Amino acid sequence: MVSRTDRRAAAAARHRLLPGGRVAGPMLWIIAIMMFLTVLAAAAGLGLGAAVRSMSADLAGRASVQVVEANPKQRDQLAARALTALRGADGVRAAAAVDPALLADQIRPWLGEEATSGDLPLPALIDVTLTPGDADAKVAQLRRLLGGLSPALRIEPHAAFLLPLAGLLSALGWLAAGVVLLMTLATGAVVVLAARGAHDSHRGTIEVLHLMGSTDVQIARLFQRRIGLDAMLGSALGFAFAAFVILLIGLRLSATGSELLGAVRLPPIGWAVLALLPVAGVMLATLAARWSVLRALGRAL
Amino acid sequence: MSAIVQFENVGLRYGLDSETLSDVSFTLAGGGFYFLTGASGAGKTSLLKLLYLAQRPSRGVIRLFGEDVVTLPRKRLPGFRRRIGVVFQDFRLVPHLSAYDNIALPLRVAGMEEGEIDAPVTEMLGWVGLGDRGQARPATLSGGEQQRVAIARAVIGRPEILVADEPTGNVDADMARRLMTLFEALNRLGTTIVVATHDLPLIAQVSGAQMMRLDKGRLADPTGSLRYPPRQQGTE
Repeated sequence: MVSRTDRRAAAAARHRLLPGGRVAGPMLWIIAIMMFLTVLAAAAGLGLGAAVRSMSADLAGRASVQVVEANPKQRDQLAARALTALRGADGVRAAAAVDPALLADQIRPWLGEEATSGDLPLPALIDVTLTPGDADAKVAQLRRLLGGLSPALRIEPHAAFLLPLAGLLSALGWLAAGVVLLMTLATGAVVVLAARGAHDSHRGTIEVLHLMGSTDVQIARLFQRRIGLDAMLGSALGFAFAAFVILLIGLRLSATGSELLGAVRLPPIGWAVLALLPVAGVMLATLAARWSVLRALGRAL
Repeated sequence: MSAIVQFENVGLRYGLDSETLSDVSFTLAGGGFYFLTGASGAGKTSLLKLLYLAQRPSRGVIRLFGEDVVTLPRKRLPGFRRRIGVVFQDFRLVPHLSAYDNIALPLRVAGMEEGEIDAPVTEMLGWVGLGDRGQARPATLSGGEQQRVAIARAVIGRPEILVADEPTGNVDADMARRLMTLFEALNRLGTTIVVATHDLPLIAQVSGAQMMRLDKGRLADPTGSLRYPPRQQGTE
């Protein structure tokens, strides 16, 4: 049975077959930079995806009913009738009148103090939460119901307001996924070039090993191990920097207090996916190195 | 003894040049001691390259250990190469490895356990007179010392065939004699020895050795029969 010391000595002897230090020059730093950018792009994609999903879930089941009536008394009566009708309607989980004071507060920055003077007729608002299911059909049904009560009642699904924004976020998410894919291809190409360069610069040693009976796989293992180690170090560095930047951006987004920007947050599963990227990077580098060295060796006798 | 090497009408051409070797045919018996001579450029190194499987011929048949190695699939070549030890004319030591690690290389390639490597390597270092230079890198060794490391590396795996290209070119007469004694000892243990050399007195030292002479890429004797060393030829 081979002892652990013996195995270590054998491994150390194998590692000495290629010169000390890194085999592929600046590859470690290139991989670190690529991993940094890949993790950032992936985080952006995952964060935006989460934001779109959260926004869709929040908005799909909500609508606002406006009571557009200039006469305050009639407006209040109509709002009360609409509220009663909504609470009794199928597909409505909850309906609540928006406090006119809150409404006035929200429009004060644009309209000034006149907004609360009573001279300016403001519509009454009712927030409606729908039961889960086909929101479009339910909104259409409520539109018919409210239209029967009064033409001054208008219902607007919230999803309609933010549909273009959700589309933009979704497109940015896909763009980030594309960037991750391109970075993966570029990393593979860098490793292939580095492995070819390393193979060329150690041609003499490889020839001697071949003539002593080394198999292609034995020689390729030397390179894939060295390049794999470089990739591991580079990936770890890139990931660490990227994680730091992501945490920093997360803190800044939270500090804005914006509900919209706050939705762009990385879920725990997102962190798990990001943590897999360096592992995938090392595997990609190792396989690319092995493939490229075996291919180069295959051209020799 | 049975044939261990057979060349039949072997030709070798590099690119579009004229043939470096033409119609080379000979048979080497297992356990024999052979010298290959000829003027510079006669094709000695090219013939040795064919023998240690660094090159495939342009035509003809080469059989090693009874198998046609010209048509042998590439993946089977390592197994054959491990049975052949080579002393290269330019030594080809691995520059970043110590003398010790260079000598240990064939044993490691063959997958020998690390614990079993030290004794033979240390013994071999001592035998070639480099017992205290084991950790020296090739660049810090003299030409003669490098050559001794190259020879130790070629013989440590007890190859069935030892091919040496001008193995005594950089060593003094005393070391040359010692190396020939080592080759003879290996030969007595059954290793077939093929040595390319210009050194005719060296050939004369080895009794029972046979000689092939190359002239402009052809064996000087077109029948391929092997001659005894010059001293014996001179008395014919």
